[in-house]
Amino acid sequence: MSIETQHSGGGTWARTSGLAAVRGFGLALVALPGAVLCLVLSLVSIALIPIGVGIVTTPWVLTGVRAFADWRRVVAAEWGGVRIASAYRPLPANANPWGRTFGMLGDPATWRDLRWLPVDMTAGFLTALLPAVLLLYPVEGLALAAGLWRAFPDGYWYAFVPVTGQASAFGAGALALVLLLLFRLLPAPVLRAHFRLTRALLTPSQGELAERVRVLTETRQDAVDTSAAELRRIERDLHDGAQARLVAMGMDLGTIELLLDKDPQKAKELLAQARKSSVDALAELRDLVRGIHPPVLAERGLGDAVRALALRLPLPAEVTVELPGRADAPVESAAYFAVSEVLTNAVKHADAQRLWIDLHHKDGTLRISVTDDGKGGAVIGAGSGLAGVERRLGTFDGVLAVSSPAGGPTMVTMEIPCALS
Amino acid sequence: MRVVLAEDLFLLRDGLVRLLEAHDFEIAAAVESGPELTRALAELEPDVAVVDVRLPPTHTDEGLQCALTARRARPGLPVLVLSQHVEQLYARELLADGTGGVGYLLKDRVFDAAQFVDAVHRVAAGGTAMDPQVIQQLLTRRAAADQPLGRLTPRELEVLELMAQGRSNAAIAGQLVVTERAIAKHTSNIFAKLDLEVSDDDNRRVLAVLAYLDQGR
Repeated sequence: MSIETQHSGGGTWARTSGLAAVRGFGLALVALPGAVLCLVLSLVSIALIPIGVGIVTTPWVLTGVRAFADWRRVVAAEWGGVRIASAYRPLPANANPWGRTFGMLGDPATWRDLRWLPVDMTAGFLTALLPAVLLLYPVEGLALAAGLWRAFPDGYWYAFVPVTGQASAFGAGALALVLLLLFRLLPAPVLRAHFRLTRALLTPSQGELAERVRVLTETRQDAVDTSAAELRRIERDLHDGAQARLVAMGMDLGTIELLLDKDPQKAKELLAQARKSSVDALAELRDLVRGIHPPVLAERGLGDAVRALALRLPLPAEVTVELPGRADAPVESAAYFAVSEVLTNAVKHADAQRLWIDLHHKDGTLRISVTDDGKGGAVIGAGSGLAGVERRLGTFDGVLAVSSPAGGPTMVTMEIPCALS
Repeated sequence: MRVVLAEDLFLLRDGLVRLLEAHDFEIAAAVESGPELTRALAELEPDVAVVDVRLPPTHTDEGLQCALTARRARPGLPVLVLSQHVEQLYARELLADGTGGVGYLLKDRVFDAAQFVDAVHRVAAGGTAMDPQVIQQLLTRRAAADQPLGRLTPRELEVLELMAQGRSNAAIAGQLVVTERAIAKHTSNIFAKLDLEVSDDDNRRVLAVLAYLDQGR
């Protein structure tokens, strides 16, 4: 939801600039008192820590500051298309006021918020107000020309035009028209500059980069562990399954060779057994391949692989796919197995009658949602399959969200940032 | 009967050639890639094509795509698709045009030479040959989700399964060791219970079964 500047045709600039002016004006009205209040309360509260009162009030005040900053992040994204990352450290769930206070004060994000507040109440306020001014000033000139000049009998300066009578008022009106033409496109960029300023001050820096590195290290460790476990499973399955069956088959064939003349009847029986062994070995290999990289996924990509998956479910499932290309093989594979796990969960635990699966790609993100009409109550937690899915997606910076009120329905949403080719 | 064969692995291609020749088929061409297959199908006009799903150069579902394209150019061209794995998705695509003369089998099925050759003949004659595994998947799925199949007796389910694979009443009777009359009675019972029109055409029977199985999706 960004400001629309792409439209062509008469009148759109007026709407765009007008919208920017109104939004900027509203923003300025709220931002100034908001920032002043937040800064004053924060400073007072922090100053009161030595006498104990601050310990109780600081977490409340800082939470308020965060809410204010987060609200501005949302506004920047919705009105200016400027995304600002929010990276506050999570606090322990049941920390005491002491722990909360110093936990929050130890977060670089807190200090970044506090540095941002004075800038927001000055430069931020001005850049938010400017779009309105840029539109209102020409309006003032037109108003003077229309007769407002009579309210100033002692003369009035409109920019460099001294307004003393109707003639000079028309001059001011002409200047206003020129200014209007000059400035008509400015309000929207100025408002966006305001959001960029906010971003410059609120964007996470070094500390958050360190945090990011920590998350990456963790997910990489998960990925390495998972793939090592997967390799062990494959090795074991091959060793105990297909390989053993082929050995048995070889032995049977050897015996058959011996029996062929002596006991043709027995040889025939063994032949049947050998053939059965080979069929079983193939079936096991097939299952193994499906577990590593499903054939339809390799042949057709994610959309059809999920369709094929849905066809194998014991319940009716509706699949909608809007993918204009294919993602990288590892991403496809992670997404496929994530969907597969979520579907298995839905079939096993949700008591569902029907499933809906939706896959689409938008703004560089692959979004998958799986909805069922079951009894709900699913949670991401230790031991649940969903935690595994979350780890799997984490390797690709993907996220998992579950909405599952008791009584249903359950909706599992997955997002993986990726490009399609 | 002239066959065009497409299989990229030499050992399997060689084995299939020998198997088919031993059963009095004439191998018009044995090719190893998608483009070659397309050319062979267009130029040689075989009576039936036996095609591996996965073929070079893409090593994806090239064989299946070639077969579908060839069938669009020449409707009803009999095609038997072989694969290391069977997917309902592909089975549906093959059956979609409703003209018959299609088969979709696991490669394992060549182990039973008699049944495999029977399947090739059936497809060449305009019938169908669906892998039991596809039918099994469909049946378990519908049995779990829908009531009508629950009304069938175990014997009738058995008959329905064989029917869906593309077998004629005579073949089903042979397999279940009962008289053809008994099978005819079973099939009319099945059609009645599933509210389907009766038809003597093998191919239309499979389509009817699949169409029924598609209901309620």
